[in-house]
Amino acid sequence: MTTTASTTGNDTATSTPLLSLRGVTKTFGAVNALTDIDLDVARGEVVALVGDNGAGKSTLVKVLSGVHAPDAGTISFEGREVQVADPAAAIDLGIATVFQDLALCENLDVVGNLFLGQERNRARLDEVSMEVTSWELLQQLSAKIPTVRIPIASLSGGQRQTVAIARSLLGDPKVIILDEPTAALGVAQTAEVLDLIERLRQRGLGVIMISHNMEDVRAVADRVVVLRLGRNNGVFDAHGVSTETIIAAITGASDNVVTRRRERLDGAAGEAAAGRPATTDEEVAR
Amino acid sequence: MSTLQLDRSDERLSHDLTPAGRARAALRNIRSGDLGPLPVIVGLVIIAVIFQSLNPVFLSSGNLVNLMLDSAAVGVISLGIVCVLLVGEIDLSVGSVSGFTAAVVAVLFVRHDWNWVLAVVVALGIATLIGLTYGLALTRFGMPSFVASLAGLLAFLGLQLAILGDQGSVNLPFDSFLVTFAQVSFVPPWLAYVLAALAPAGMLAAGYETSSRRRRANLSATSVRVLVVRAVALLVGLEFVAWYLNRERGIGWMVVFFVALVVILNYGITRTGWGRSLLAVGGNVEAARRSGIGVRRIYLSAFAVCSFLAALGGILAAGRLASANLSSGTGDVNLNAIAAAVIGGTSLFGGRGSAWSALLGTVVIAAIANGLTLLNLDSSYRFVITGLVLAVAVAIDSLARRSRASHGRA
Ligand SMILES: Nc1ncnc2c1ncn2[C@@H]1O[C@H](COP(=O)(O)OP(=O)(O)OP(=O)(O)O)[C@@H](O)[C@H]1O
Ligand SMILES: [Mg+2]
Repeated sequence: MTTTASTTGNDTATSTPLLSLRGVTKTFGAVNALTDIDLDVARGEVVALVGDNGAGKSTLVKVLSGVHAPDAGTISFEGREVQVADPAAAIDLGIATVFQDLALCENLDVVGNLFLGQERNRARLDEVSMEVTSWELLQQLSAKIPTVRIPIASLSGGQRQTVAIARSLLGDPKVIILDEPTAALGVAQTAEVLDLIERLRQRGLGVIMISHNMEDVRAVADRVVVLRLGRNNGVFDAHGVSTETIIAAITGASDNVVTRRRERLDGAAGEAAAGRPATTDEEVAR
Repeated sequence: MSTLQLDRSDERLSHDLTPAGRARAALRNIRSGDLGPLPVIVGLVIIAVIFQSLNPVFLSSGNLVNLMLDSAAVGVISLGIVCVLLVGEIDLSVGSVSGFTAAVVAVLFVRHDWNWVLAVVVALGIATLIGLTYGLALTRFGMPSFVASLAGLLAFLGLQLAILGDQGSVNLPFDSFLVTFAQVSFVPPWLAYVLAALAPAGMLAAGYETSSRRRRANLSATSVRVLVVRAVALLVGLEFVAWYLNRERGIGWMVVFFVALVVILNYGITRTGWGRSLLAVGGNVEAARRSGIGVRRIYLSAFAVCSFLAALGGILAAGRLASANLSSGTGDVNLNAIAAAVIGGTSLFGGRGSAWSALLGTVVIAAIANGLTLLNLDSSYRFVITGLVLAVAVAIDSLARRSRASHGRA
């Protein structure tokens, strides 16, 4: 087990964290999706939450955004213990979330989705100003969306993801949680989102980013929090840790399918460089 | 037209601002299953042609005046159905609720000598509570509205019979406001012409205001010429209708009341946060919940508005018949109200629809009933034909939904 955690070198440890979870537990029937999770996010800090499929990352996100109530544990926001009873409570606190499944209404247009639940002037919708703001947000993300007046159903997966990210920026949030925000994005849009995350950090927001892409994680994160089978499995300083160490924590062993594959490929490359056959039959069979 | 407008800068957009371009865009929408009110308008034309060729009285002024008065009560009930369909639910008890509340009004007003206003307010209040009960059954106990309202259908029919008592019917006095309003109150001709002019004027003013705000915000906007052309077309149409109906008794106040309700509800659905939430809940409840919308309150409001309008429709129907009796709200009232909303283009699957669909759909159903009566065919034919029209409407709704899904316009 590689659970040797190293704390970050930032000054974040001294100030009270913006968001702090202690002992959060969540079960679905017989499945312990989260057991005793601790997590801290400081102002101006990007925390990457990583873990294998089914590790509990999205469940943790849903607990933070008020979609699921935790069975045990406490959530503190700006030093106060809070109850995030429902999504409205999370939004009121200033926790904005981009969900893995995006949670958009396909029958509404882009503007309708961006401002859903936070419409301007609810007695007489101010469509003009909402449309202008929508364009500004989308341009900020280099969105390639031809018009904001078509239903979401007409958009591609990446366009939808951009809309979901743009929505989280509305209404001055303090913490932004992004559940695999770049999974469906093109090269330019992924770079935009990474830039955006850095801008959010500069503005002093706390960011929780979930990603399976170690390059992205190492590019923007300050700390890496690893979940494994619903438990904390190490916290690393993103700048001082090797990808191998993170992967070892994710999979729970330093000898894992990822390292074996890499060794095999490295070996193959070495052999090819030496002018010998790339693989033996034995290795192919494996 | 500058190409730098905020919403026109993407080069892939076809610039559909010319009349020909607009026509092309409209055609494209229809092909992809975004039918809007088109099927019901085509249906109305077909119905009119058939009945007119069988009996020339059908399109006469006198008959149309009656037809519109006949539509109003069920139309009001159907408006409520639009609300529950938008959130993807159903209320099968609107007929019983309308009959029950009509009986409440009649009994309080006639047998207990209450002031009619008070009786109506009490009845509407009871109906609103009924709607809230369905909403609570759904949101607290997870009881499907289909079942809850089916139970309500039977229960309120029973209550209607109970409060009407042995006589089984209460006649409303002919000089009471409810009866005169529903039977013999017509808009004076001059006022009809004025109202018919006010509607396009209001549309033009609102359109102009929106357009200039959009232009100031550097968004594309409808040109003044198009706005004027539309307003003039509407003006000519409405003035013609007013003139044609004024050759007979004219436009009933009850009809004006119904149209006013349609306009108000249309505003509520398309221009307010409440309406946006209705559509969101009907489209994707979980997404609506995660955006912080109070989904429970939205369901409650949809059911409350539905029952409220059902009661209002029931009271209007009682006024038109000058009586509340055992058959008030029974028979085909329920299905007509639901069928009207669907025929008018409100989806059974939630998240799509408009207040205008109640008006269009009710006119279709009333036209069929009226035309068959003129042909001296009894209600057996009416049931069969209305049933077929409903089946066609639902088929169109389902096919359009599939087509939208395959064209990415769900
Ligand atoms: N609503 C639910 N009901 C029952 N079980 C659930 C529910 N949501 C999640 N789970 C279970 O909780 C565990 C964690 O799921 P979660 O979605 O949090 O994983 P994840 O880390 O986000 O994985 P991925 O990388 O695939 O997105 C899984 O075993 C899943 O089956
Ligand atoms: Mg997940």
